[in-house]
Formats: sequence, structure tokens, C-alpha cells
Amino acid sequence: MRVRMKVDGVLYEDEVEPRTLLTHHLRDGLGRVGTPIGCDTSNCGACTVLVDGESVKSCSVLTVQADGAEITTIQGLADTVGDGAWHPVQKAFQEHHGLQCGYCTPGMVMATVDLLKANPSPSEQEVRHGLEGNLCRCTGYQNIVKAVLSAAAEIRGEGPIAGSFQDPAADETAEAQTAGASS
Amino acid sequence: MTEQLDAGLVAGEIAEHPDALSAPYAGGELGRGRRRKEDAKLVTGQTNWTDNITLPGMLHMAVLRSPMAHAKVLSVDVSAALELPGVVAALSGADLAEVQGSLPCAWPVTPEMVHPDHPPLAVDEVRYVGDGVAVVVARDRYAAADALEAIAVEYERLPAVVDMEAALADGADLVHSDKGTNSCFTWPFASGAGYDETVAAAGDDVVVVKRRFRQQRLLPTPMEPRGVVVAPIAAADEYTVYSSTQIPHILRVMLALVTGIGEHKIRVIAPDVGGGFGSKLNVYAEEVLALVVAKKLGRPIKWTESRSENYQATVHGRDQVQDIEIAATKEGKLLGLKVRLLADMGAYLQLVTPGVPILGAFMFPAIYKMDAYDFSCTGVFTTKTPTDAYRGAGRPEATFAIERIMDELAAELGRDPMDLRKQNWIKHEEFPYDMIAGLTYDSGNYEAATEKAEQMFDMAGLRREQEERRARKDPILLGIGISTFTEMCGLAPSRVLGSLSYGAGGWEAAQIRMLPTGKVEVTSGATPHGQGHHTAWSQIVADALGVPFEDVEVITGDTDSSPKGMDTYGSRSLVVGGVAIHKATGKVIEKAKRIAAHLLEAAEGDVDFSGGTFSVKGSPEASLSIQEVALATFAAHNLPDGMEPTLDSDCVYDPENFSYPHGTHLCAVEIDSETGFTKIRKYVCVDDVGKIVNPVIVEGQIHGGLAQGIAQALYEEAVYDAEGNLTTGSLVDYLVPAAPDLPHFDTGRTETPATSNPLGVKGVGEAGTIASTPAVMNAVHDALRPYGVQDLDMPATPERVWRALHDDGTLRDPSGTVAYGGASTSSTAGSNGGTL
Repeated sequence: MRVRMKVDGVLYEDEVEPRTLLTHHLRDGLGRVGTPIGCDTSNCGACTVLVDGESVKSCSVLTVQADGAEITTIQGLADTVGDGAWHPVQKAFQEHHGLQCGYCTPGMVMATVDLLKANPSPSEQEVRHGLEGNLCRCTGYQNIVKAVLSAAAEIRGEGPIAGSFQDPAADETAEAQTAGASS
Repeated sequence: MTEQLDAGLVAGEIAEHPDALSAPYAGGELGRGRRRKEDAKLVTGQTNWTDNITLPGMLHMAVLRSPMAHAKVLSVDVSAALELPGVVAALSGADLAEVQGSLPCAWPVTPEMVHPDHPPLAVDEVRYVGDGVAVVVARDRYAAADALEAIAVEYERLPAVVDMEAALADGADLVHSDKGTNSCFTWPFASGAGYDETVAAAGDDVVVVKRRFRQQRLLPTPMEPRGVVVAPIAAADEYTVYSSTQIPHILRVMLALVTGIGEHKIRVIAPDVGGGFGSKLNVYAEEVLALVVAKKLGRPIKWTESRSENYQATVHGRDQVQDIEIAATKEGKLLGLKVRLLADMGAYLQLVTPGVPILGAFMFPAIYKMDAYDFSCTGVFTTKTPTDAYRGAGRPEATFAIERIMDELAAELGRDPMDLRKQNWIKHEEFPYDMIAGLTYDSGNYEAATEKAEQMFDMAGLRREQEERRARKDPILLGIGISTFTEMCGLAPSRVLGSLSYGAGGWEAAQIRMLPTGKVEVTSGATPHGQGHHTAWSQIVADALGVPFEDVEVITGDTDSSPKGMDTYGSRSLVVGGVAIHKATGKVIEKAKRIAAHLLEAAEGDVDFSGGTFSVKGSPEASLSIQEVALATFAAHNLPDGMEPTLDSDCVYDPENFSYPHGTHLCAVEIDSETGFTKIRKYVCVDDVGKIVNPVIVEGQIHGGLAQGIAQALYEEAVYDAEGNLTTGSLVDYLVPAAPDLPHFDTGRTETPATSNPLGVKGVGEAGTIASTPAVMNAVHDALRPYGVQDLDMPATPERVWRALHDDGTLRDPSGTVAYGGASTSSTAGSNGGTL
């Protein structure tokens, strides 16, 4: 079947088998391999992308269902910010060590972007429940939660919350950005 | 907050590291919370996972797996598969029998060990659900999946062998009928005065507690399943193997030995690897199959594991039955420990399958002084997926058993469990200490870590609350659990590994190259899969050479560009690989100093090196930066006679001892007696991992370790039914905790430098996992003890807890409020009110 979709700002038109999962089309068809696959039961969330702005596990969608959609993957997220800068969620994940092996990170970041759109000021518990469809095996989630809360603060215009690790360069930056805001 | 936390430290006896939450950064790269170099590619999706690799002409391989636990393979008919579009080849075990070899086990723990052949594809008989039977090779992954369905296999079912004790009984059905037994090995170890003699000599002044603990089978579940890509140059019989592995260097040797291809003709690359936790410390069937199929077809081959395949075809962890007996005087002084282990090998021996429980043998005595230790382990074959290393590998099992039974002994004696530990642990002034299990612990300060943890935890306040809740028969049961652990890691002194019959050494390699522009390339044999090696190694090099952190490039995971190494497992990267790098920097400085002295026309002894600059004593204006020396070396216009114009070094470091991190973990749980649901209310841990290179990475390792240890206590269990089917075969049925399932962790640190390496560092990768399982389970048992529950199997699911608390649907009567959970309990082996 013929499908048209815009992926990370580029329009693609392709012939696909009807059974092709969106995640396989992105990876094998379009070479957008920044979005990984971590399971075969839609449990892990590693393959999460934005379809028309909403987070979707791309293994649970057929490519033909995304016909006409605009898709953002982890590889195109920074472009949504412009100026070559990372999205605040990407920055926060590094700043707060919210990743180790990084395999869950694309899905975790994309799910977070959607979560913060729906709830710009989540509590810690709301973050934990909001991300329960995304599994991480490395971090124990604590630094992911911290990263999400920090990104939320930055998106709200309050600047990121200060890094809690001992690093003057990073902490000075964080402090400068949070000046006047409670951290 | 910091003042409060630090107030209880034993002043002057430990060098307290500035807490991550406090203290301005004081300079130097070691100890600095650098954000990771690795993250830029990972947060932007510019990654190179094995499954991302696409090569011209590449074909996809898929593996047909046995749906039966045990069966004869009567026939495999691939003809229909070959008729399907896009299918290039379909091969059975018989088709590959001449070339596939046998998968290696590098740890024959006894000379008599039963070591069955392990063909990558079964030829005559399948022995676990997931055992490979045939492979197909097709143009894409969908065509390959279709082709698998077209293969017809005729099986003749044989009896499944699921239970270890039944497997050892006379007349048991056999996993390997030609071996005549399901027993793989028995490995005995005794030390000290003799356990039975010691107990007998104590006369009436002895209390003995016996328990049977079950270490359930776990599924390691790295988020990236395994994958392999093989690129052949058929004409030259040369192969590049990309694999999602922790061990590219070991894999290269093993692939050569298994296939007969020259080691020098195989290049192994571990690209970005998405977690391993021990499960990628192995040599797998699919790695061999992709290689022999690529050789046969002369085309690049890719195989990517699905998660459901990962649960059948990648090694499992744990799976032991532990019979443990501890003896103490009535005053609580430990006399001895007796351990009898059954360890489930699964159907075959993978790379270090039999060695895992043997590593545990050295850890049962933990931090405690005692007179006698008597250990024996029997490895047992069953028709299940092979077990092998999983985060901690033998040590979590041992630590669980000793920390659990210390609590049971405390209850028997009516003692505070922490007080009993303090009575018996090694005092900080007694280090180095020769343990009864034969190890020499180089350093530690259990008092300091415990004191700090108890303050952070508010132990007194929680005990008070527990008494109040018990007094008013609160349906929410509060339990408090302790784990004062140590572990042996940093594998390992090569001589020790040799004495344990392991097939290789435990050294690690590093090379440093100063480039003409003053930038630095570092190669390391320790191969990362998510930890942050590149960041930490950059810090070690920047600190030693006085160059900017950003100027250091670390190269790992490729046997061409980092050709020597023993790879990553056993919390060894920093304590072995990091020390190798540190020593390599010393060699660079030594050579650079000779060149600098020559250029500065000074005697070498008059040249100092500090902060990246060589200067002449007494005339600081006569100086050269190390970058200037690098450029001068490259130009080679004016070097000392006979000196080679390189500023490189090469170091292989073999550690003199294991590494012994330790710590005190405290856990408070709330159990709803009406639902059986266990919630972790508070988790405090104070870990002592010696000197710190990067506190950000250390804290991350602790967090992730805690998550996996807590998961064993509360959530995860790989379940096989009586026919040998894995009934938890996907992420739907196997509960890997998500964010709401885990608590906030309060982490603290004490710092007692290791004395066995020049950096003073200790391993950290497995500590959290090793310590946390018993802390949680001790808390659960502390909550349940008034109800007569002594021995609840893991995981402590709501159903299991609820059943333990109820008789015929009615909540049992608690025996009454007990201080420190010290209910009077029987010391009979196997007696337990709550085991399910």
C-alpha cells in the first residue's frame, strides 16, 4: 500500500506491506534508526514517537495507520526547538543523569515531551505514573523523574532545577538559570 | 541537611568525600561530577545499536526454536521455506553439524565436571524451550519470520526435568542421557575449625538456626535485546562480527576456538550496547551461527533478537536452593556457618555457568568473624534455559542468605538485628582482615557506614512507630530491614582465577597516545554497555596528564582499535581497567619528562611535573607543557639519543586483590494486611566504594542496582510449569518494575579508600543489587514476624504475603508486640509458617 507521511520534517511516500509496523518502517524503510525496539508486546515504550504531536508506541501502530501523519522521532526533536539546541527534555536527561545505556531514552524522552504538554507542572508521583508505560533497566527511575521535573520547570520558564551533583560548571549554569526561582 | 548527615561520622577514621549534595568543588578531575560524554548521541538518537547496522547485500537470519522442553528431533524439513519469496537459505542443525562446533564453557570448576556438548543448533535432541533447531536467511526480517513458519519439525517428546531435587533422585529422567546423571559437579569447601566439631565443642552454649532459602530464577532483561551482524570477506576468509556483547575480546578468542577460523581473521566490534547486566557476558549460539552462515553464503548476515526470544534464548540468572545453618553462642558470638547449595545450570553450560555459585562460596561469611565455615555446592542440569551471570553473579545469592539468617538468628536470640551484626562484624581497626573463606579484605569501615545510615533513616523513630502500630493492631504492618553487606568484585587476580580453574586471567589493558596537537587517545579493554567508561576514563587521564577533559578521546569495544582486553563484568572496569589507565598515564609522564628535561637542558631529576607542565626546579620560567612535549616528540628534531619519537604507553594491569565495597542498607516497608501489598516507604543506603572518580556515575550505578535488587525481592520471577514451559515468556508476564513500582532512594556515602590499588577505588556496579534484596526481604519478614512468618519465598507478591498472613481467609492473630521483631521461633530446619 502507498503511504505518505512527514517524518522529522521530511515528506516520504513509500510502498509498504499492509502488515508493516510503523517502527519497522521508520527503522528499515526510512533509516530513522534513532528509535529502537525493546520488546514485542508493547510494554517497554522504547519505540515511542510523536504522531501528530501525541506519544505513540510505534510498535503498536501499522504504517498504513499513520498515512498522512506528521511524525517526530528522537532524531527530529531538537529541530523542533531550532538554533541547533537540544529540547529541554534532552538537556535535562543529560544534566540529571537520567540515562545510562540510553536504549530506553528515545522513548522516555518522547513520552516526557507529551506528558509535559498535558501536564506542565507534574508532581513526582504524576511523573512516575505518567511514564509507567516506559521501562528503564539501568537508572531505577529516580534521575529520570528528576530530569522530567527539571525539564518541566524550564519549559514553564522557570529555568531548570539545579543539578544535585557536584559539578561547578553545570551547577553554576543551573543556578544562573534558576536565579529568582525556587529550586 | 548535609551537616546533619555528616554529624555522626567517626572523625578522623575515614576520609569523608564531599557529599554530592554539598561542598563546593575543590578542583582536580577525580571526584568531579562530570556529565557524561556518552549522552550527546544517546539523547539525540545518533546511536549505533547492532540492529541499526545495515550493510550492502545484508541478509536477515531468524532461528526456529523448540516449543518443547525436551524432545528427540526426528526430522527437520526446510523445503517449503525455501520456496518462499526472498528466502536465501534454510539450514537445520544436521546441515551445520560439521561446522557449528560446540559453545564454550570457560569454567570447569572440578576436573570431574560433567560438560555436555552444546551445539548452537540442536542436532538430535532439544533440551529447553527455545533451543535452536534451524535457521533461515532471507532478504528482510518479515520474509525470515514467514520462512520459520514453513519449516516442519517432527519431535518425539521426552520427559521434562524441572525440579532440581527430583533431578538428583535415583532413577530421575535425564537431561543428557549419555551422561548418566543430572549432577554437573559438586564443589566442596571447608575452612576453619570444622563446623560440626565447633558446634559440638560449644556444648550447651549454642543456638543453631537453619533455613532453606530459594533464589528464584530471574530474567536479566537489558533493554536492548541481543543482536549480531557478521560482515565476511569470503575470499580472504576474514570476518567482522558486530555483536551486542559485553565481551568483544573474549568473544573473538572463543569464536576462533569454536569455528576453527583463525583468531587473527576475526574482528569483533561491540557497538553501542544497551545494557547487559551479565547476560551479554557470554558466547551465544546466534553469534556462532551468524558467523558460520556468513562464511557459507559469503553475504553479510544480521540476527536481531526479539524480547520473547531474549527470555528463552539469553541466559537467566540466580536459581538456587540454599540450605543454610548458622551457629552462635547464646551471647550471640558466631561460631560457624554451613551452606549446602543446589544451583540450577539449566540444560547446558554457558560461558561461566558453573562458576557463578562458586563465586558465591566466598561471600556467605560476608562481614562476620566466625570459627568454622563449611560449604558445598552441587550444580544440576534441568531442561530449562541455561543460567549464567546476572548482576552480582553468586554474590547476591550469598549475601541474601547470610543477611536473612542473621535476622533469623537475632529473632531466635531476642536480639536487635543490628546489634547482633555489630557484635560479629570486623572492626575498622582490624583491616586488613583474613576472612574464613580465604579472602583478605583490604579495607572497610562498617561502623561509619552504619552510623550514617541509621541517622538518615531515623531508625529509633521508625521502631517507635512500629511498636505503636503493633499495639493498636494497625492493619498496615510496618517492617524494618537491614543489610550490612560487602562483596568481592573487580575480577580478578589472574592467579586466583587460575586456582579456581577459570580459563583466563583477570587483567586489563590500556594504551595512551599523545597526538601531535596535544589531544589524547586512550584505548581500554574494558568495554562499556551503558556505565559511562568514556567519561570516567577521560577524568582519570585529564587528572593525571593535566590536559583538558574535553581533549581526551576514549576508544573501546573494537578488537582492531583496542586490541587487548578482558572486557566488562564483575564490577571490574574501574578497579582493574581504570587502574590500568592510571598506570599508563604514569608511563607517558615518565617518558615526557625525559624529553622535557632534554629540551629544557636540565637533569631529569630537576624537572617537576604538575598540572600538565614540566618545569625546572628553582627556575619556574623554564617550563614546557605536556602538549608542547607531544609536538616536539612528533617532530623528533631534538630527542635524546635513541629515543623513539612517540609519546605513547601501553599497560596491562593484573590486580593484586579483589575489591571489597561495602555499605549499610536500611528499608522500611508497609504491608497492607488486607491486600498483602508491600510498599517500600523508605530506602536508605550508605555505600562505601572507596575513592570516587565521578559521583554522578556512582550514584546512578547505585540507583540502578537497587532497582534490580528490589525487583528480585518484590516483583520478578521466571516461572516454568511442570512440562518445562516458561510461563513468564514476555514482558506481559514478567514484571520488570516501572517508575511507580520503585521508591525514592536516599543515598549516602562514606569513603574508606581501597589499599589494594593506587587510586583507592572499589567496584560499584553490582553493590546496590547485592545489598538491597535482603534489606527488603528482612523488612518484609520483620513486618510479618508477629504472625509467625519466618520464611517467605521471593518475590513477596501480594498473593504470597496475603496467604502467609491468613488462615482460611482469616487474618492470623499476631503473637503480640515484639521488640525488634524478636518473636520466639523454632530453630528447626524447614519450619515455617509462611512458606508457599
